[in-house]
Amino acid sequence: MAIRERLSGNEAVATAMKQINPDTVAAYPITPSTEVPQYFSNFVANGDVKTEFIAVESEHSAMSACIGASAAGGRVMSATSSQGLAYMFEMLYVAAGLRLPITLICGNRALSAPLNIHNDHSDSMGVRDAGFIQLYCENNQEAYDNTIMAVKIAEKANLPVMVCYDGFITSHSVENIMLLETEEVQKFVGERKPTQYLLDDERNISMGPMDLQKYYFEHRKQLADAMRGAKTIIEEVSEEFYKLTGRKYELFENYKMDDADLGIVVLNSTAGTAKDAVDELRRNGIKAGLIKPRTFRPLPYKEIPEKLKNLKALAILDKCDSVNGYAAPLFTELTSAMYSSGLTVPTVDYIYGLGGVDVKVDDIIQIYKKLNEIAKTGNVEKTTYYLGMEN
Amino acid sequence: MAYSLKESVAKEARFVSGHRMCAGCGAPPAIRNVLNALKEEDNAVISCATGCLEVSSCIYPYTSWNKVSFIHTAFECAAATLSGAEKTYYNLKKAGKIKKTTKFIAIGGDGGTLDIGLQSLSGAMERGHDITYVCYDNGAYMNTGTQRSSSTPHFADTTTSPAGKVSPGKAQKRKDLTEIMVKHNIPYVAQTALFGNLQDIYTKSEKAIYTEGPTFLAVFSPCPRG
Repeated sequence: MAIRERLSGNEAVATAMKQINPDTVAAYPITPSTEVPQYFSNFVANGDVKTEFIAVESEHSAMSACIGASAAGGRVMSATSSQGLAYMFEMLYVAAGLRLPITLICGNRALSAPLNIHNDHSDSMGVRDAGFIQLYCENNQEAYDNTIMAVKIAEKANLPVMVCYDGFITSHSVENIMLLETEEVQKFVGERKPTQYLLDDERNISMGPMDLQKYYFEHRKQLADAMRGAKTIIEEVSEEFYKLTGRKYELFENYKMDDADLGIVVLNSTAGTAKDAVDELRRNGIKAGLIKPRTFRPLPYKEIPEKLKNLKALAILDKCDSVNGYAAPLFTELTSAMYSSGLTVPTVDYIYGLGGVDVKVDDIIQIYKKLNEIAKTGNVEKTTYYLGMEN
Repeated sequence: MAYSLKESVAKEARFVSGHRMCAGCGAPPAIRNVLNALKEEDNAVISCATGCLEVSSCIYPYTSWNKVSFIHTAFECAAATLSGAEKTYYNLKKAGKIKKTTKFIAIGGDGGTLDIGLQSLSGAMERGHDITYVCYDNGAYMNTGTQRSSSTPHFADTTTSPAGKVSPGKAQKRKDLTEIMVKHNIPYVAQTALFGNLQDIYTKSEKAIYTEGPTFLAVFSPCPRG
């Protein structure tokens, strides 16, 4: 029986973690994800979970302890944001390189300097090549659902998974959500059955060796192949979740794209705002549509361009910047994917909402207006715009 | 148990030959003697900081770590990595997934322990994990070519504190990590050296490994290159 609840994003994720009941959680507080380990510590203190909670002295040690715990054979989770994720950077690569199925919650937040505690995607985009699967969530329900699915995806793919949702906007907003019964979650995630682990009584192993050139290249290729293969695993786990809950998750959400002339690609909570803009435009006879990627890693590099091919103009929205004198990651990767698919839709990049600048329905409508102009001429005069700061 | 040289050398080594450490390096015999204090029936997880010992003892697909499980993650986090493995042990044991007694030992050089790994070490010691941290201290960053560490003695001539026309060598005094460990109020802290007294390293290692809670052992060890 599903349970109707009203929870903040952080509460929803902490509740999912309680229901998953991992062996080990190691975390260090950082706004806006602090509440996740905080709520979870209460579950530990009250005996609601069997988990060993390690209150480490830094995020670097949080990910190190997660690696040690996962290598030891446990089911392991952590949570962080922003500077904390940046501080983990080195260890994220180690976690993925060792093929450890760690689930990391990321309450997305801007990176310093200047210091800012509010939402953008600089943190998770900054570690996009670490080898973590990245699942992006629009709202509290998706954060809860993806946290549960992440555990299973990670253990099937032997890859770590990052569950990303917008700091404050999602992490601290209270919404009505549907929870599963704990027994259902337990049954869904099952038991972790590692094939190679440090604490195995039967066999000792050595992990994290030095690889000379040839082996290193082979092992990195294996990691790349695992990420390619993860697409199918994500689809299978999502299908199983759909059968359990009726909530359908794909590699990306396609919102009114089938007959659209003007399209936007946007991650996380802004997709919710943008859907309202699409609805409003559609009421006025403008064929607007939207794509919300759920997985940025692996990148749906064939599947998304397939949905874009009938567009007259496209805007890709980035809540971070590459500071490369050109454009931001979602734009550069998707336009590259479009090129590989032989697709030449006029496309612009909108960098928006850095440091938590509010983005409203009207702001999104302005973007569609710009797309309408581009669609008329087919010309892109300028590639990258900073939303609200220039037109 | 009273120390017996005869019995200790009869035990199967947990760190075996085939590694690529330099001839004359103190680390391999130091570590072999530390691990010699493990009871034969006990399992162990070794977490090793990046450094000579790691890059020379575990080059894929070979390993010199015998009848222990070994993990290397990065330079500064041997203690944090081990703390994750140690905590997970309790849950796997409670669930009946493993039966053996497992001991947890982190190993780092003076760079990975006194300098870049100090925070991770301090955190793990403060949290009270049932682990032993072994620092093999050869007084400089020998793996990268004898650069100064905070364990390098005053006036020592290293590649980043060279003695020259206006400098007599390292200007600073040596950091006393053993004393810092004592101030963590942990149940056992010791320092020893490998040479001349095998009983000392054995008995201190045994006490460190089998004392409940976090323990620290500094083993002074020469480097033939520095």
